[in-house]
Amino acid sequence: MRRQLRYYLPAVAVFVGGILLWELAVRALQIQRFLLPPPSDIAAALITNWDLLLRAGATTLLEAVGGFAIGLVAGLTVAFATARFAMARGALMPFAIAANAIPIIAFAPIMNAWFGVTSPVSKMMIVAMLVFFPVMINTVRGLTSADAASLELMRSYAASERQILARVRIPNALPYFFTAVKVGATLSLIGAIVGEYFGGATVALGRIIVESASFLRFAQAWSAIIIAAALGIGFYLIIIGIERIAIPWHASMRGQG
Amino acid sequence: MSDPSAVVAIHDLNKTFGNAGAGTVALSAIDLTIQPGEFVSLIGPSGCGKSTLLRVIGDLTQPSSGSIEVNGKPATRARTDRDYGMVFQAPVLFDWRTIEANVGLPLEIIDMPKERRTRRIADMLALVELSDFARHHPWQLSGGMQQRAAIARALAFEPRLLLMDEPFGALDEMTRERMNSELLTIWEQTGTTIVFVTHSIPEAVFLSSRIVVMSARPGRITRIIDVDLPRPRSDATRALDGYFELITEVRESLKSSHGPQDHGLREALP
Repeated sequence: MRRQLRYYLPAVAVFVGGILLWELAVRALQIQRFLLPPPSDIAAALITNWDLLLRAGATTLLEAVGGFAIGLVAGLTVAFATARFAMARGALMPFAIAANAIPIIAFAPIMNAWFGVTSPVSKMMIVAMLVFFPVMINTVRGLTSADAASLELMRSYAASERQILARVRIPNALPYFFTAVKVGATLSLIGAIVGEYFGGATVALGRIIVESASFLRFAQAWSAIIIAAALGIGFYLIIIGIERIAIPWHASMRGQG
Repeated sequence: MSDPSAVVAIHDLNKTFGNAGAGTVALSAIDLTIQPGEFVSLIGPSGCGKSTLLRVIGDLTQPSSGSIEVNGKPATRARTDRDYGMVFQAPVLFDWRTIEANVGLPLEIIDMPKERRTRRIADMLALVELSDFARHHPWQLSGGMQQRAAIARALAFEPRLLLMDEPFGALDEMTRERMNSELLTIWEQTGTTIVFVTHSIPEAVFLSSRIVVMSARPGRITRIIDVDLPRPRSDATRALDGYFELITEVRESLKSSHGPQDHGLREALP
């Protein structure tokens, strides 16, 4: 406990110091409040709009998590199908890698048009697309990158393809998969919020940020950003927690927890 | 020709990588018969095909021509019957499994009931003196211990034939000598036939009942040397006159089996 405290102390100090510096800088340099509101104003806006922000956060989170789940399941399904068939992999992977390199968020207005501006489904679809490609590509890499000696060992046991999949390929793919899932968790909130920028339900974080900003209510915009940040960090931490439980044996996890 | 009691019977076996004609001849006209309970080492310079020969016996590579039988049946059949265990130069342990789970892997593959499996794993770990490390993960063990775990795993389903491809090649000299003694103890206890690839002459002499000397380009057997040193062997064996004579004999065989080009070149020099 004490060791943990000592470990986190510098980070906490930087955080508190940063907030203080921000507050002092805004006051001392007389920065216009609409350009950069001081933390005290943002805190006040948070308290005033707490109920609204929570409901907005719930809407956005639902879009992000829903789209994340769709993208995850679709990515895994395609990955397992293509990992099994070298032909399909050869045909699909170049497109997947190319698609992963394009800014998928640019499709947001199109998804809004296809699935309805106010519907959460349109945001979920953007998120699903954002999450799909990294999950699929990394999982295929993980499933197909088991080293030759491991596969020969299984071959010497006359193991079936299913046994090899369960005992070598899937465990080997897990670290790759979690790398993609961590990227996907971050992307999912970006996707949901940017999707909302182009229109959506009124009570959503993206809408509150855009509308507050257009009415120069920047403290309110910032309060919504704080909620979005908290959701993003929370989502990421949950994934890291699952990762630690799932692959405690991986080199990146050793000596932790 | 066919010897019904032989564990390995190879006759006029050839292996060419790449196109026939243009390819590299890895193995040429190999004849070799290995009897039950033998400890046979394959030794030779790199590129002599000793590993390829081991892989052909283990059905991990197919010969281009010739015949091979393991336990009186085709090598593929021997593999699917799980007649042999394999130990590679790297231990190839899975990081996501504890040592006991790694040793139990082949037993899971053959669907051995849990209770028998647990007992068998305990026996195997005791055999390689790793009982205290059953719950450890591979990365927590030294290289020598990892290789012992790999040997325990290979012996887990009591294979009649153990194929070892330079299993101690990555270990330091001290550890290697200790592992050699331990391997002999295991061999004597289990009565398993062992085919052992190495490029260390002392290792081959210390361990083997027969040493198969091979040469490169094309890979072929140039000599088979019987090792008649008394058993059980121990550190004292390494001090015997016979031990040094055999080391010299193997070394001479390896030298004289070098390609004629090498000699020609050396003699042409002033």
